[in-house]
Amino acid sequence: MNLAGTILLAAINWHSFFFLFFALFACAFALAVVFTPNVVRMAFYLVLSLGATAGLFFLAGADFVGAMQFLIYVGGTLVLLVFGVMLTAQGPFVSIKTRGGEWVLAALVGGSLLAVLASIAFSVPEWQGGAPKNESVIAGVPVTAGVPVTGGGPVTGGGPVTGGGPVATGGPVAMAPAASAAPTSAAMGMGLLGMRVDRLEETNPLKQSGLSGYLLPFEIVSVHLLVVLIGAAYLARTKRRRAAILD
Amino acid sequence: MVDFLSHYLPSWLAFLLVGLLQCTLIITWVAGGTLFFIWLERKISGRIQDRLGPTRVGGKFGWLQSLADGLKLITKEDLMPDGADRLLFKLAPYISFCASFTAYLALPFSDGWVAQPLNVGVFFIIAIVGLEVFGVILGGYASASKWSLFGAMREAAQVVSYEVPLGMCIVVPVMLAGTMDLVAIADQQRGWFTNWYILHDPFTFIIFWVYFTCAIASVNRAPFDLAEAESELVAGFHTEYSGLRWSFFFMAEYGSMFAVSGLAAILFFGGWNGPIPIADWIGLHYAPDATSWHFFGYVGNFLGFLNFMGKACTGVAVMIWIRWTLPRLRIDQVMKVCLKYCTPIAAAMFLGAVLWHYEFPVGLGVLSANVAGEVRESWNTPAARARAADLRADSATVADPQAEPAARVAAGGAL
Repeated sequence: MNLAGTILLAAINWHSFFFLFFALFACAFALAVVFTPNVVRMAFYLVLSLGATAGLFFLAGADFVGAMQFLIYVGGTLVLLVFGVMLTAQGPFVSIKTRGGEWVLAALVGGSLLAVLASIAFSVPEWQGGAPKNESVIAGVPVTAGVPVTGGGPVTGGGPVTGGGPVATGGPVAMAPAASAAPTSAAMGMGLLGMRVDRLEETNPLKQSGLSGYLLPFEIVSVHLLVVLIGAAYLARTKRRRAAILD
Repeated sequence: MVDFLSHYLPSWLAFLLVGLLQCTLIITWVAGGTLFFIWLERKISGRIQDRLGPTRVGGKFGWLQSLADGLKLITKEDLMPDGADRLLFKLAPYISFCASFTAYLALPFSDGWVAQPLNVGVFFIIAIVGLEVFGVILGGYASASKWSLFGAMREAAQVVSYEVPLGMCIVVPVMLAGTMDLVAIADQQRGWFTNWYILHDPFTFIIFWVYFTCAIASVNRAPFDLAEAESELVAGFHTEYSGLRWSFFFMAEYGSMFAVSGLAAILFFGGWNGPIPIADWIGLHYAPDATSWHFFGYVGNFLGFLNFMGKACTGVAVMIWIRWTLPRLRIDQVMKVCLKYCTPIAAAMFLGAVLWHYEFPVGLGVLSANVAGEVRESWNTPAARARAADLRADSATVADPQAEPAARVAAGGAL
């Protein structure tokens, strides 16, 4: 699809428009993170880039993942990052110059990752065919069938919007309005507790054994986080004790 | 509304119009509400300090005082320190205001009156309100002033700490409702005030006060306003700001106050469902599955809107009352309140509420009109539940654990 066609499509299709908007926003500020020498601005641009990624999640109807992105990455991790940068970025450390060798190395690593991701993305047959046609956007999956736990594929722009409910098929519908209202969070929570509510109608007894959900991974991750928390608290405490002994 | 307009207009235009209309309404409320709350703050602080507050501007109660303040702010010179990071200094107030404004996108004002009905409404609002701190941190850093930097660092430490107990408090109503959809949560408290979640059990009653404390801290109001402690830090993070940029910080603060109060009204006080269901008795009730226009349902919704506004504004008034009553805490006291009191109390109350809900799944049922746990989610229809019961062959556990998953997920997110 040529550029003029893309622009024309974006003018009438808000889904494409916002997809392009958020995608360009995320990419532009990701590049800005790389090219800015100022540490605090790097963190700020990273905030904007990750925020735009959350916008892409919302656009794909995966609003739980989008809100999670806001809470964990933008609100949690990056506040701590900016906090740390502010405390340490004094005088000579505010500005970071990148040397020539580092550029080459970074370009090599980043470029190879991009090549792998792009080749994988273009190898999925459902995702090919340019911008989403209106029919494919509104042809939502029945609500009980699709739980976009992974955030769904349509981020790349080709596939149907995950979790879209029944939408009226009269005329070109720009966005999938039911996509964001799809009840995904409770279904995901049930999945984490060991019950796949999206597969309640599964009658095949062979497949029913795989419906136990994600209770075990969830518990493993929880225990892992608990271990990390206790470890961090322990490390912080021992340091203080040792200093007290030395005194 | 988009569906309605799509019959007459191209749908892209309908989306544009509806989006603009909703944003305009929200911005009008955030800005206009700020004017009202500033006036309210002046009056309440005056009365608490045995003064009259503004009396001259605009008639009897000085109700034009905020407008005069606004005009003064607009005409003030926009100053910027020499050593400031120009881009971040200019952007910081807008970031704060945007975060405060975005929270309203998912906040329902009445049954179905919400700009964007999100399935994860509670979670979204908490995530977005937490972003307001970015404007404060960046503004404090970019000002190139030690007062601002100290204020910003205090704010960052405070907000990050208070998100933990705040998340735990919010998990409890989410667990009781079995959903994170704010409309559904308020809908389950329909009927008499005994259906409100604050009166659901003793644990939710206590946890509301913990929530309110943490909410005050997270919107950076006194007695937790260390980031702008004027006795120590001149004006904290906005020392170097003046004029309209400063007023954006102010609007963000009042906007967030109303947002967290509205969230409290929905989570604990039934949202638009009044203490006495008068509107339901006389038939002013909006049926959720109605497709055509229902005038009486609309009137009922409007009454619910007034009800919700009253509750949320009461919350803001209580915050103002607290501000002018209590002295400011020290930073170590702030951390102590969070880590030694709020977090353990919230955790214990969460555990108690879980056990209570396990023991009495439908509440005490004093005047209960609706069955608790009747979630308005599509998979949770009676037919689906029956199928699940068949599959599991353990029908007792199907209705029960439905309340917990969303809560667990939210708890994981808060950590």
